[in-house]
Amino acid sequence: MADSIGRRILLCVGNPDRGDDAIGRRVGVLLGSLAPLERVECDGEATRILAALEGARAAIIVDASFSGAPPGTVRRFDLDSEPAPLCADVGWSSHGFGLAEAIGLGRALGGLPPVCVLFAIEGESFAPGAPLSAGAEAGAAEAARLILAEFSPDRRSGGPSLSTGGEIAGPENAGPCPQDRKTL
Amino acid sequence: MTTRTISVGALARVEGEGGLEIVVRDGVMKSAALNIFEPPRFFEALIRGRAYSEAPDIAARICGICPVAYQMSAVHAMEDALGVRVTGPLRDLRRLLYCGEWIESHMLHVHMLHMPDFLGYAGGVEMARDHGDVVRRGLAIKKAGNEIMTLVGGREIHPINVRVGGFYRAPRKRELHALAERLERALEQALDVVRFVAGFDFPDCARDYVFVSLRHQDEYPFNEGRIVSSRGLDIAASAFDAHFEEFHVERSTALHARMRHGGEAYLTGPLARYALNFASLSPLAQQAAREAGLGPACANPYRSIIVRAVETVYALDEALRIIARYEEPDAPFVAIEPRAGVGFAATEAPRGMLYHRYRLEADGAIAEAVITPPTSQNQGMIEEDLKSLVGGFLDLPEEELRHRCEQTVRNHDPCISCSTHFLRLHIDRG
Repeated sequence: MADSIGRRILLCVGNPDRGDDAIGRRVGVLLGSLAPLERVECDGEATRILAALEGARAAIIVDASFSGAPPGTVRRFDLDSEPAPLCADVGWSSHGFGLAEAIGLGRALGGLPPVCVLFAIEGESFAPGAPLSAGAEAGAAEAARLILAEFSPDRRSGGPSLSTGGEIAGPENAGPCPQDRKTL
Repeated sequence: MTTRTISVGALARVEGEGGLEIVVRDGVMKSAALNIFEPPRFFEALIRGRAYSEAPDIAARICGICPVAYQMSAVHAMEDALGVRVTGPLRDLRRLLYCGEWIESHMLHVHMLHMPDFLGYAGGVEMARDHGDVVRRGLAIKKAGNEIMTLVGGREIHPINVRVGGFYRAPRKRELHALAERLERALEQALDVVRFVAGFDFPDCARDYVFVSLRHQDEYPFNEGRIVSSRGLDIAASAFDAHFEEFHVERSTALHARMRHGGEAYLTGPLARYALNFASLSPLAQQAAREAGLGPACANPYRSIIVRAVETVYALDEALRIIARYEEPDAPFVAIEPRAGVGFAATEAPRGMLYHRYRLEADGAIAEAVITPPTSQNQGMIEEDLKSLVGGFLDLPEEELRHRCEQTVRNHDPCISCSTHFLRLHIDRG
């Protein structure tokens, strides 16, 4: 879409009604207008994620993860240079296409923004109607802090890439702001 | 005992759990159980006590892929209970909204789920690397469906413009006409998709299905019609409970469904609609089907990819007809007075017939809600497909057998991940 060229977006992925799956949206709320990004919310269906990314110059995607890591763990992936360890759905139903498929399709079709960073925040409980867990809430706050730091002058000056395999920051013991060669 | 477990994704929309368990004894398949843990039961309870006017928006939340189906069944059932009949442009707009959902759902399934099986890829992402133009074409058609949803429904997911009695806002004529050019292009592309998928190499098989779908005297069914079957059933939606029953299976929280008389499993969805309504397809869709080698019925589930493509042609064709004759209504909705009553409705979700029943109190509060989704109805027949179609391949290596099982389930595009995401396959060879 021509009118979306040059957009810089914060893509908040997840179902607001399924417990910690709402982490991505929570990060968007926490950031509010603090980050110079257009906030876009998405349920997570792959083609809708692709549509949201279409024509964007830069994107930060925030989604819940479920990998066995401590709840609230934040991982950062630089998607335009490193593959994130995402597992696609096993493919029984069209209802299962999510972020992994969107990123795969985006790569295959050349649809990812030039700068595309994923923040994955480990969830704990995904029960229908459940509120965010304490760990997820802490992880959302930490992710918001890290996203804001993406725009700091130090961050823009470059530095070693931390994207390989995902930089991990615990919710209660946050490390330094992840840095890499890309700037937003 | 041999067990195979499919790995759990590291990053996912986590929405539940399900699995497939196959039991083999002495080289013969004894059972195939598709376990889906789905939440519509929660929605039925959630809806109780709410106002009738809230049902469409709550029901739409059941599914992110087919929210229109849930919403439309809810509004029609409410209007049945309240004695309201929506006609003219408002009825047309509902059909148009349904066209949008069919287009987006079918194109997603055809290109990202079903097509890779026939072109030899593990999935849509892998296929896109070699067939980028094919995938782009599919996504472009899907996007046209999304645009209908956005214009008529207010947004492309979980539409917010639908209300009992009509819409909150009726689109302007010029808005619809602006969409027509996109739809005409998508129609041409959809015809190309029919030709493309017709050339695939399909397993040679046919199942003796009991087809069940809606049938309407004037149109290919979306919103309304009588419930008919390939065994001669012909009933009003209000008689659904007398002829079909949901039942609990111990291994799953999801209800299954069967014919109440005889206990047979039955199939809803594209194959059933097509077989029971071929004559109601538009001439263009009929022609596309014939050129693709389809007769007036198709009982080969693997060829359902062609039927979905033909139904997409129909939905685009129908959307253009609706837009061409559209006149803005005097009011976007019909006024409604609450009253006590019971309402019934069945509509056609992309993946099959969806039945709703509601009982209302005098003030319009919902006292009782029953929602029977298509996947609940199709689960029994999917399991029979697995026994019938996969049983001959049990000597395949585990990975190939798993793929064959998946493909057989994929034929019917069950509404799994509304409720489930993690699926595990267990093969018990004794």
